[in-house]
Amino acid sequence: MTGARTASLYVPGTSPVHRMPAHLKLIALVVLIGAVVATPPQAVLAFAVHAGLVVLAAAFARLPPGVLGRRLLVEVPFVVFALALPFAGGGPRVPVGPLTLSVAGLWAAWGILAKATVCVAASIVLTATTAVPELLGGLTRLRVPALLTSVAGFMVRYVDVLTDELHRRRVAMASRGYQPRWAWQAGPLAASAGTLFVRSYERGERVYDAMVSRGFTGRMPDLGGQRATALTWASALALPVVAVAVATTATLVGGAG
Amino acid sequence: MHVPDGYLDLATSAAAGVTAVGGVGVSLRMAGRALGDRQVPVAGLAAAFVFVVQMVNFPVAAGTTGHLIGGALAAILLGPWVGVVVLTVVVVLQALLFADGGVSALGVNVVNMALIAVLVGWLVFRLVATLLRRTAAAVVIASAVASWASVVAASGGFVAEYAVGGAGQVPVRTVLTAMVGVHALIGIGEGLITASVVATVLAVRPDMVYGAKVLGVRRAVRVHTDRRAVAAFVAAGVLVTVALVVFVAPHAATDPDGLERVATDNGIAADAVGSAVAGSPLAGYGVAGVADAGVGTIAAGVVGLVAVFVLGAALLALAARRPRGPADAPAQVDAPTRSEGPAP
Amino acid sequence: MSAPSLEVSGLTYTYPDGTAVLHGVDLHVHPGERVALLGPNGAGKTTLVLHLNGILTPDAGRVSIAGLEVRADTLAEVRRRVGVVFQDPDDQLFMTTVGADVAFGPANYGVRGAELADRVAAALDDVGMAGVVDRPPHHLSLGERRRVALATVLAMHPEVLVLDEPSASMDPASRRELADVLVALGITLLMVTHDLPYALELCPRALVMNHGRIVADGPTSELLADGALLAANRLELPFGFDAGAAPRKHRG
Repeated sequence: MTGARTASLYVPGTSPVHRMPAHLKLIALVVLIGAVVATPPQAVLAFAVHAGLVVLAAAFARLPPGVLGRRLLVEVPFVVFALALPFAGGGPRVPVGPLTLSVAGLWAAWGILAKATVCVAASIVLTATTAVPELLGGLTRLRVPALLTSVAGFMVRYVDVLTDELHRRRVAMASRGYQPRWAWQAGPLAASAGTLFVRSYERGERVYDAMVSRGFTGRMPDLGGQRATALTWASALALPVVAVAVATTATLVGGAG
Repeated sequence: MHVPDGYLDLATSAAAGVTAVGGVGVSLRMAGRALGDRQVPVAGLAAAFVFVVQMVNFPVAAGTTGHLIGGALAAILLGPWVGVVVLTVVVVLQALLFADGGVSALGVNVVNMALIAVLVGWLVFRLVATLLRRTAAAVVIASAVASWASVVAASGGFVAEYAVGGAGQVPVRTVLTAMVGVHALIGIGEGLITASVVATVLAVRPDMVYGAKVLGVRRAVRVHTDRRAVAAFVAAGVLVTVALVVFVAPHAATDPDGLERVATDNGIAADAVGSAVAGSPLAGYGVAGVADAGVGTIAAGVVGLVAVFVLGAALLALAARRPRGPADAPAQVDAPTRSEGPAP
Repeated sequence: MSAPSLEVSGLTYTYPDGTAVLHGVDLHVHPGERVALLGPNGAGKTTLVLHLNGILTPDAGRVSIAGLEVRADTLAEVRRRVGVVFQDPDDQLFMTTVGADVAFGPANYGVRGAELADRVAAALDDVGMAGVVDRPPHHLSLGERRRVALATVLAMHPEVLVLDEPSASMDPASRRELADVLVALGITLLMVTHDLPYALELCPRALVMNHGRIVADGPTSELLADGALLAANRLELPFGFDAGAAPRKHRG
């Protein structure tokens, strides 16, 4: 089981990035990532600027460099895959040492590495500076349908509860010598997943009773939230706008050349 | 099966985003009709369940592990529309919280893992369960077949998106073989696990299995591993995979299969979609043609494969089940693998 | 004398699957009283609790809260008046932060803005949990979650508190902290439990329930001294416990 705990993502702080309303941070992230993805891989300098923007945001947020570095490891698998492209790609080939590699594959590999790294780093800045409940509040402000955000809220609340439940089962099974190594030994694990579903479902029903007991009538109440001023809008969008400008320039220059 | 940022161009990502919003919007409306407000927290708990189960390392071979995607599982337990909503929430939060799947690829991931996986899983489930005369055992067998089909269909979805907007230099045929081939194998594991989970729930609370309720199956089944049925299912899966590699893509490169295995060893089997298929807008390189020629063939190929597998697996499973007769013993939760040797 | 805070008469209930659980329950709790409802597992205690705020609808009989009968058209007000604290605080604390959870109840009744924030702060303060407003409930200990669960209903300013097994699985220090909080509140209380020493410590009066009926009603110390009554209803005091000698937190 991985240690993907929702609570460990947030790095508490009081920086301007932390205090920025979550919906603005979400918009900024989407714009930035759109710009990065649209940048042609040949515009190497543009990626340096994109990376610089994300580092700047992390610096504004006073995030410890270790946080960014450690969490970037999630993209390691994709690095491995990207490395295969020069071999699997088609088109013209160039000799590199003893190998002949696809030119397009090399560019594609570089493009994926650069884009994925910058985008993952930007996402990390968001999650490290925004507590999950605020993030959900941000989604609500962005008019994401209430059914989705309610389901997401319950999910976030109970993921760790369920993870603990499953972990206790696995410890109990391991205590009785269950160490599955082959697919046909997965039965008890699958059965415990089934039991976990039953318990989750029943908990969902009890949660509903608890909600109704406190006056719930089918609509989640509005508990208020952060409001954005023109200034926060401007500061939120400053970095993404630079990224868009860089991406546009890179595309135009690349197209002309 | 999570596509990261940078694999597909912005236009394709955006188009997938629009498709996702439309599909999820329809699902929300349908789910809202199906769910009383009583069910909203239940759906939330189910989302947490899918999220947690996706993190469980299921053994594959010699200690290596794989992961559940859970689209068909959600469809069978919760129904197709609530299933789409639940998987959407899971995919969105995975991208936002864990950078698991790119933010720009959110639409693509929702289309593949929430819309295609859940809806194909549901359709195949209904089809197979109905063919098998709506018994509890049929629900379990149909769950296995539907999960396999949902995984293959989702990987096919990615190949199609790649053909439209991946614009890389890797031939679509290679991508098709690698992706669909590997996922035809992954799907076997998905099918076995999903069937075991569904069987367990069916034995304890048959009323919680939406698929069984819809089909009017109320009787609990005794859960056990029928080795012949499992063997038949695995054999059918392997045969279809081999058929794919031999007939559908005779000239394809084989490198990506190996890479996928590396991925499986690292415990990220389900994430392997993006593997060797990267692409980006490489202006100036001849990439057109790949896109246009691909889509129809891919769709036909995937649909054909799924159909062959569904029929084959159902027939084999039926044949393997026959000597045993219908299972109608009382519920017994803890014995899914009685035949597996004693625990010390 | 004013109307009882809680009055139940002739309550009968059978689950849809045919299991008959309540066979004519009669009980009343007067304003300011702290009453324990004792009984073995399966006596129908939790089913009774679910009738007190109309989550279950009785087959026969009636429930009134401070004179207001529980009916479909009075549910909203009834649920504001009765604060039910469920056994598992993880069921009760369903929002992503403690603050949002405590705000949930009053917000459903239209409280907003500064008043809402005040209610949340006051309720958390009452249970000694000020300062955890922004924390996710999962990060609290069981004892802390129980107290926050209590705060979620206190924020609704209820007439009567109903607690289902409040001391289950808690360590002695957490039990004591919760007891201190409950006594300090000075609110009308019905506490469902099979923790007899806890009942004796907190509640001057007790009811014994078994097989879907109230079978005894009297001072807690007397009921717990009646060995035959306890034995007949599968209730047991801890080894070496002397109901006559135990100190109490009764007021007055």
